[in-house]
Amino acid sequence: MRKTLTAALLATAGLAFALPAFADGELHIYNWGDYTNPKLIEKFEKQYNVKVTLDDYDSNETMLSKVRAGNSGYDIVVPSDYTVKIMVEEGLLEKTEPDQMANFKNMRPEFVDVYWDSGRHYTVPWQFGTTAFAVDTAKYSGNIDTYAILFNPPDALKGQINVLDDVNSVMHAAERYLGVPRCGADKANLKKVNDLLDAAKPNWKTFSYDTITKMTSGDVIVSQTWNGAAYRMRQKISTIKYAYPKEGIEGWMDNVAVLKGAKNMENAKLFQNFVMDPENAALISEFAGYDNGITGSHAFLPADFGQSPEIQPPAGSPTPEFVPPCPADVVAIYNKIWTNLRK
Amino acid sequence: MSAPPPASPRERQADRSAARRNRWLAGPAVTIVALFGIVPLLIVLVYSFLAPAPYGGVQWKFSTDAYLNFLFQRDIFSDALEFSPAFLLIYLRSFVFAVITTLICLALGFPTAYFMATRPPEQRNWWVLLITIPFWSNLLVRTLAIMFIIRDEGLINMALMGLGLIDKPITMLYTNFAIVLGLFYSFLPFMVLPLYSSLEKLDFRLVEAAHDLYATRRQVLWRIVIPMSAPGIVAGCLLVFIPALGAYVTPLILGGGTHLMIGDLIAQQFGSGRNWPLGSAQALILMAAVLVALWVYVRNAAKGGKHG
Repeated sequence: MRKTLTAALLATAGLAFALPAFADGELHIYNWGDYTNPKLIEKFEKQYNVKVTLDDYDSNETMLSKVRAGNSGYDIVVPSDYTVKIMVEEGLLEKTEPDQMANFKNMRPEFVDVYWDSGRHYTVPWQFGTTAFAVDTAKYSGNIDTYAILFNPPDALKGQINVLDDVNSVMHAAERYLGVPRCGADKANLKKVNDLLDAAKPNWKTFSYDTITKMTSGDVIVSQTWNGAAYRMRQKISTIKYAYPKEGIEGWMDNVAVLKGAKNMENAKLFQNFVMDPENAALISEFAGYDNGITGSHAFLPADFGQSPEIQPPAGSPTPEFVPPCPADVVAIYNKIWTNLRK
Repeated sequence: MSAPPPASPRERQADRSAARRNRWLAGPAVTIVALFGIVPLLIVLVYSFLAPAPYGGVQWKFSTDAYLNFLFQRDIFSDALEFSPAFLLIYLRSFVFAVITTLICLALGFPTAYFMATRPPEQRNWWVLLITIPFWSNLLVRTLAIMFIIRDEGLINMALMGLGLIDKPITMLYTNFAIVLGLFYSFLPFMVLPLYSSLEKLDFRLVEAAHDLYATRRQVLWRIVIPMSAPGIVAGCLLVFIPALGAYVTPLILGGGTHLMIGDLIAQQFGSGRNWPLGSAQALILMAAVLVALWVYVRNAAKGGKHG
């Protein structure tokens, strides 16, 4: 028994010493699950002779609490817009100055001065997308480019709607439909939002993130969802259409950030520069199905994806709005409305 | 009854040192429970008395708001502090689902366990093995499978419509029925196994004796079999009730999420709710409720056992 244990220990120790010898260095990436193209990682490993390890999380909050606890061992994380803001404010990210990097010239200008990292001193784009909803137009042929589909649906859609199990997506959609500002603390407006949700809820079948299955299985005719997910739905059912509601549309972006004091700092910076290369950015999009914020990457994408209505909004569509995190007192009221809605 | 001869001082000392030596055997388990069970619980307790930080986490400021907010909330619109039943309703719903699940598991698990316990001894292990088959695959996968079977365009509705028994699908998915079905399915083995282990030890000569004394089948069941298997019933009910109460995945997937359960509610506070103290308080209130329910239940079960 003792002998096997010793042998096992030796083997483990040997492995630990042997690992770094394979490559000049290491890089530990912590990204959303099912979001990183293995080809991208392989290419980076070959190009810089770096051994990459990849770990995944399911929400910004999960990632944030692990990073806050310290000693996570990760070099790179991929937080969403508002989470970048929180992490910068809390001093969790390294100021790597991507604006000085060689490939920075490829970043689309509208993504340089963003609210979460103005001038891009910390982060570079990974992917961005929009949040609206998709409708199976074989089952409903009316106009879909309005939030009335969710909040005041025609009879044919009543009880056939899935909304995201996400307080912000639903609240912001309702605020757009009513024409009141995002994260507004005005009580009269919040009351209007509350009444709208209360009246709409009986028409909703489910609250779920699992939007693709809900739509492609025929459980619902309408689902709040993201543009990339809508693209994947359409590959299965060609009549599913992504809506660009006239009242406005939510934008979001996930960003490659380096953790403060990362062990493999130089490799992490190399990676930030690497993903701003159009060909590499295209690899990211090809795998996960969203646009990436890098000029020239569309040339490397399959045409039916790069030119699809989900990726290239039709003319006249609203400009995506990136909403900063709401202040704490508004979050508290949002939660009350949200819990009351589902009690 | 004769008392055992008193142990000599030397024997007693030997016993004690053996006990002392054996005590260390529990060491690893005790350490793990203390480190990963009690310490986190203390952290939860401390957090529940702090104020929330703006982006999740806590501020080191004493506050009882989390507990106060459980029952009373400032009205969103008039700012008056008033009784708010939202959380209570969610807890109540979870309790009702857990109780119904436990009762169905008991009603269907008992005959199953009885059947297993009355097989010839060499067959019994095979039956136990069959009961454990569901554990061989992940709960999430099995729950998704139920979803595919009971959905509007699923196996059951397609079959019934194919046979011409119904013309419109019966909506089962995303209803309370689906939640209870999923919970019952997930937890049935936890009822059957303890019931089986206590029925297996039942001395069936007592049953024969009762029949010889002209007891009816009903009398045999209620006065012999059930009282003798009470420990299994208690254990089974606890093993089903407690996890069913906090179940997270099953209600979320099969219920469609239109109504929150305790598990969703607590998870929400640590995610988009950004209110860790409230989530901690909700978790502790759940624990306290379970402990009270347990205490009442075990006391009654013990009493019932004695009188029955």
